[in-house]
Amino acid sequence: MISRQLSERIAFGLIIVAAAIVILPIFFIIGYVVVQGLGAISWTFLTEMPREGMRAGGVMPAIVGTLLLTLGTAIVAVPIGLGGAIYLSEYAGDNATTRAIRIAIINLAGIPSVVYGLFGLGLFVIFLNFGTSILAGSLTLGIMTLPVIISTAEEALRAVPQSFRLVSTSLGGTRWQTIQRVVLPQALPGIITGIILGVERAAGETAPILFTAAAFFLPRLPASIFDQTMALPYHLYVISTQVPGMPIQIQYGTALVLLVFVLSLNLVATLIRRHYRKQRVW
Amino acid sequence: MGLEVNPVDQEEKPDRPDPTGLDRVGAPMGDDHPDRDSPKQRVSLFEVLMERAIQVTGISTMLLVALIFLFLLWEGVPAFFEVPLSNLAGARWYPIEGLYGLLPLIAGSLLITIGAALLALPLGVATAIFIAEIAPSWGREILKPIVEILAGIPSVVIGFVGILVVAPLFRTGLNIPTGLTAFTGMVLLAWMALPTVVSVVEDVLDTVPKTYRDAGLALGMTRWQTISRILVPAGKSGILTALMLGVGRAIGETMTVMMVTGNAPSIPVSPLDIFASVRTMTATIAAEMGEVAQGSTHYHVLFAVGLTLFVITFVVNLAAASIVFRRTRRAERMLS
Repeated sequence: MISRQLSERIAFGLIIVAAAIVILPIFFIIGYVVVQGLGAISWTFLTEMPREGMRAGGVMPAIVGTLLLTLGTAIVAVPIGLGGAIYLSEYAGDNATTRAIRIAIINLAGIPSVVYGLFGLGLFVIFLNFGTSILAGSLTLGIMTLPVIISTAEEALRAVPQSFRLVSTSLGGTRWQTIQRVVLPQALPGIITGIILGVERAAGETAPILFTAAAFFLPRLPASIFDQTMALPYHLYVISTQVPGMPIQIQYGTALVLLVFVLSLNLVATLIRRHYRKQRVW
Repeated sequence: MGLEVNPVDQEEKPDRPDPTGLDRVGAPMGDDHPDRDSPKQRVSLFEVLMERAIQVTGISTMLLVALIFLFLLWEGVPAFFEVPLSNLAGARWYPIEGLYGLLPLIAGSLLITIGAALLALPLGVATAIFIAEIAPSWGREILKPIVEILAGIPSVVIGFVGILVVAPLFRTGLNIPTGLTAFTGMVLLAWMALPTVVSVVEDVLDTVPKTYRDAGLALGMTRWQTISRILVPAGKSGILTALMLGVGRAIGETMTVMMVTGNAPSIPVSPLDIFASVRTMTATIAAEMGEVAQGSTHYHVLFAVGLTLFVITFVVNLAAASIVFRRTRRAERMLS
């Protein structure tokens, strides 16, 4: 029979191996894309249109498209998400409606991204006749992002101590004044972190824009929100699976641009959270 | 309900009890609120509108879920009238010849999801135990953000690396004709579901009271005995939640799966078929929806596949949520 100390050592050893299996590939995947893609990155790659059936030139329209879709997602999701978070944190009582809203949010978070794409196709592209457009894509991505923004913003609002609200109330502030001038400013860093994490996820998504916004190839930039657009994630999918004879350098370069865009949003969110957590007085 | 404009009526929130009763200070014994008559407290129209708008956004989340469900029904249900049930229940998915057998797609999704869950659960629980219980505190500060970064890597990038690195590796390592198999999909999906599993399990381990650990150690148990016989059983419901959320995440994943599983619509029959190509429900929708005519039978069938996915994830998430709600209530009971 093995001793307790030995079994502890074996168990901890296995756990450390498991953790390494999980964590090391993260470094590998990022490092690999960076090393392989760095050679493709140049000023022309970032600022030129694709040429020769996308086998040469740059990815500028895909970068612009992803920026536009990310902005559109934020415009759709931030007001509704913030409103929902304020409602849940400041107004909602412990009743059936609140529970139903929470269940709705949990389910919104669980709906597969391709099903959001179907919904966007049915409602925005066809029923509302927006066509395959930046507008339809932004609305689809915005709705998909809502649960992330609502739950992180609610958490930030709830973290503001109740005594802050009581002081405002005792000074004669109405409930809305309390929210607007006391609670929201205190919760702002947490809310911004949540917004960035939400749109970061949207920026990297392909499935929801497949049938609602993305164009295989466009020789020009979109002129209005009713135009189709190229986008980095869809472009990477296209050039890595749909176009034969695609130079591998361009594929790695596109993956690197997408990864850098998404991970720098992630980094900004982490830094904001860390900075304000240190400054917080309560 | 919550839209009362007078702050004196602020509702009690269960997670923020007001032990001082300050909320009620100044509340009159009679039926009249004096505050309401003082000019300072008069609420502007802007405020009333703002509060209405906030209430509407709160409710709108429920409406959105209903709207999504309705649209899937609207476009998906006609499939069940246009295609005979015997066809839909068939084993061949070949839309060009009017064969819409859903079995291979459902089997493909289930195979990959179950495989991913079986891989992700032990790895995720072990990583969570490592981060929460074994690693020194500075290690935790580094490891948590790294696992969060994994959640942020776009699925299309993981699929891309899957095609170029993982699939060739499995092909030569396992000596199989192609690396684009169900197994490759399982491994990558499991890895992508890990951030969910790790963060849920870690949260649960955090909520186990410190006294439990102290009690274990005081009885002379080793740290491992404390973890395996006290913490893990105490966090059982959380581990179940993590499993469900991971399954929900895996079954809905689209891009990675479409890129690395080869997409042949065949039903796996023997265990060795995990090294063959499969096609999932999500990949089918993503690959074919762009090419079908709107309103055609094929279009309706793809929406019906989406409807099936919606129902499956709805049930899985609801089950996960009910476990969470039950746990919260028990935690409240234990603390009171």
